[in-house]
Amino acid sequence: MASVVFYFQVHQPFRLRRYSVFDTGTNYFDDRKNEEILRKVAGKCYLPSNRLMLELIEAHEGRFRISYAVTGTIIEQCRQWMPEVLDSFKALADTGCVEFFAETYYHSLSFLYSREEFIAQTQKHSDLMKELFGQRPKVFRNTELTYNNDVAKVVEDMGFDAILSEGADYVLGYRSPNFIYNPPNCGSLRMLLKNYRLSDDIAFRFGNRAWKEWPLTTETFAGWVDRINGNGYVCNLFMDYETFGEHQWADTGIFEFMRSLPGAIMANGKNDFLTVSQAIERYPSVGEVDVPHMISWADTERDLSAWLGNSMQSNALHDVYALAAEVLDSEDADLIHDWRKLQTSDHFYYMCTKYFADGDVHKYFNPYESPYDAYINYMNILDSIRRRARPD
Amino acid sequence: MRVFMLGWEFPPFISGGLGTACYGLTRSLDEAGVDVCFVLPTAVTPEQRGAVEHVQLRSPADVRVPGGEDEARWPEAFEHVEFRKLDAVIPSPYGSPDMPQQDVEAVRRQQRRVAAKHRVRKALDATRKATRRVHSQSTELPEPAMTLPEGSFVLGGAGVNYDGDLMGQIHRYARLAVELALCEDFDVIHAHDWMTFPAAMAVAGATGKPLVIHVHSTEFDRSGENINQQVYDVERAGMHAATRVIAVSHLTRNIIVHRYGVDPDRVAVVYNAVDLPENGSYELTPIRRDETIVLFLGRITMQKGPEYFLQAARKVIEKVDKVRFVVAGSGDMVQRCIRLAADLRIGRYVTFTGFLRGQDVDRIFSMADLYVMPSVSEPFGIAPLEAMSHNVPVIISRQSGVSEVLTHVLKVDFWDTDEMANKILAVIRHKPLHRTLRDHGQIDLKKFSWRDSACKVRDIYARVATGH
Repeated sequence: MASVVFYFQVHQPFRLRRYSVFDTGTNYFDDRKNEEILRKVAGKCYLPSNRLMLELIEAHEGRFRISYAVTGTIIEQCRQWMPEVLDSFKALADTGCVEFFAETYYHSLSFLYSREEFIAQTQKHSDLMKELFGQRPKVFRNTELTYNNDVAKVVEDMGFDAILSEGADYVLGYRSPNFIYNPPNCGSLRMLLKNYRLSDDIAFRFGNRAWKEWPLTTETFAGWVDRINGNGYVCNLFMDYETFGEHQWADTGIFEFMRSLPGAIMANGKNDFLTVSQAIERYPSVGEVDVPHMISWADTERDLSAWLGNSMQSNALHDVYALAAEVLDSEDADLIHDWRKLQTSDHFYYMCTKYFADGDVHKYFNPYESPYDAYINYMNILDSIRRRARPD
Repeated sequence: MRVFMLGWEFPPFISGGLGTACYGLTRSLDEAGVDVCFVLPTAVTPEQRGAVEHVQLRSPADVRVPGGEDEARWPEAFEHVEFRKLDAVIPSPYGSPDMPQQDVEAVRRQQRRVAAKHRVRKALDATRKATRRVHSQSTELPEPAMTLPEGSFVLGGAGVNYDGDLMGQIHRYARLAVELALCEDFDVIHAHDWMTFPAAMAVAGATGKPLVIHVHSTEFDRSGENINQQVYDVERAGMHAATRVIAVSHLTRNIIVHRYGVDPDRVAVVYNAVDLPENGSYELTPIRRDETIVLFLGRITMQKGPEYFLQAARKVIEKVDKVRFVVAGSGDMVQRCIRLAADLRIGRYVTFTGFLRGQDVDRIFSMADLYVMPSVSEPFGIAPLEAMSHNVPVIISRQSGVSEVLTHVLKVDFWDTDEMANKILAVIRHKPLHRTLRDHGQIDLKKFSWRDSACKVRDIYARVATGH
């Protein structure tokens, strides 16, 4: 039996408005653009994809199962501008075939800078999941699958059963991502590692006409999954939800592919779909995976360099967390919320200079002309936060 | 391959990027095995002569001011390049490199301008006939304007002391170039900017050799919309007479195509570059004063946007005070800028250095913490590359050719002085920004190489020489 474990990441940041050093206001967010992007992505991805997933669950009478991580920031945006998106997620939750994970509410890198802040944000997000979807998350995934042994330990201490990470080659070595593992320093916590080859076949390569497997059929893909039988338990397909309709446009056939995939996977009766909690219940851990250094699912490096690769990024991150005590002591709820929205990892991703000169990838909804503009704007806003936290 | 190259400037006799570009290009053409015969007017005004004597010049620029000899052969570095200087005393077409202290004198000179203008007009009448003669092959040439638009002559209004008339000298240069060309053997004619176009067309007419026209700036860059019709006519005729036109950027190429009506297929883009020192980079200067130095370096003319620099400076000074704005260069707007700094009450934060060259340029770059190029219109813009090669972060106007290629720089619209100040302040206040721009700028610099540019130019020669 090979079990496909689908996990989709659903996130939008609160993009910042242009904020000059001469600005004095406290409205830092570009509402117009954030609403516009949310409406656009909801129309192309969230609504049609949720509709499709619901149909698939119903059509396969509950045997099609999936998991989501939905950030606090996108939920706030949906509440404000598109509650129908939230309703469609609730409908999925009501099927009992959909698991919702916990993560940091603000999609932040707080683990790296403040353990207290990390725990607070995770708790806040867990509460939100319970409130919205009626389930208390048992599985945790950190922002951009950033992970190491320490994250696992803290997460286990918070009471979670499982954590997700990237199945990076240099972590796994000869081992396969198609098993359940456990961190070396934890008790019962289980880890699931992304099968990045098969995940990226869908998320990145699906519509690429230069790819030798193009056009990818469900039969071909189901064949690859079926090969896991005898050499693994799970097929961890982790990806951004925006894969459907946004990264891969509808005209690539991505929705038709997804529509026929469950049937193809389950056709020979040897394979099925599980949520993460179901997977760790069914399958045992086959061993420890030791990850002393931080890894992530980003870029080819699978490290933190997309957020911490240059001195502007480390400076901005350092400075935002340096304000923690003052901001929290202010007990000003608006200020705290603004400060936390500034922790969203996207703001630091926009400052990445790695591929900038090539005019490459990192441009997905990047509101800035350059990483330098992103940094300057961010630091101006941080000045304003600092002024509010230190009114004298 | 032998090229008959017509240029107006060459180090040390330069007032701007043209001479620097000709120097870099010819040196790499030389390395690429192209023989260049560079025909230069004896462009030594009394001011230039004076300025040169007390500036230490580097090799191969330590060639003496030509004092009567008609030609000079340049040493070592330029094995294949010969220099011919024609006996024409020429004022600079971009404005002369006068020093700010001379500007008091310039105010007095202003009173003599009316008379000078009269002389120009008289000379232009004669030039017009010459232009017609040179352009008689070109059927598309529009009728030159009969009068000079008020105050828009390319020499640039107040403060420029010119003894001769430019148009007259241009045609004198053309006649002499033809005489010289008839004694030379070459495959291609290559002419830099409009002053040499009449000569280039005349040489092409006399020898039948293919003509490459190299556009470093257009009349629209120099004068905005108030163009000098006569200059435009010369530019247009040159571009249309050329087998191939080289533009220094896509920005310039667009102007050539859309405002001069040149067939886009005939216009190629070849970027300028910057020379790095032998070991690949300048040293990081450890000098740290308690003042941050923000540098403007360029001709102080409308085109370069010095007023926007000062407007931004005033806004910066509202926020920080340990900052000095250095305005290095000369031009027809020096006095106006000095007055503007006073009017903005930022005089004590602004230093005017006058025209700098050679080691003084290196020195000022090594002192600067930030270089700003607020140009209103900049066909290319070598100066930001020079600043980056000296490890100085740069802010450039989006209205520049070099902005098409540079990524690790800050970009602003020249008129947006709020944003210019915002970015200047960010570099001053945030060391990580300064550091990242400085370090990553070195990656950007690698995109520009005179060797690559010379190879492109050599390929263009090869194509036009074989009739393509």
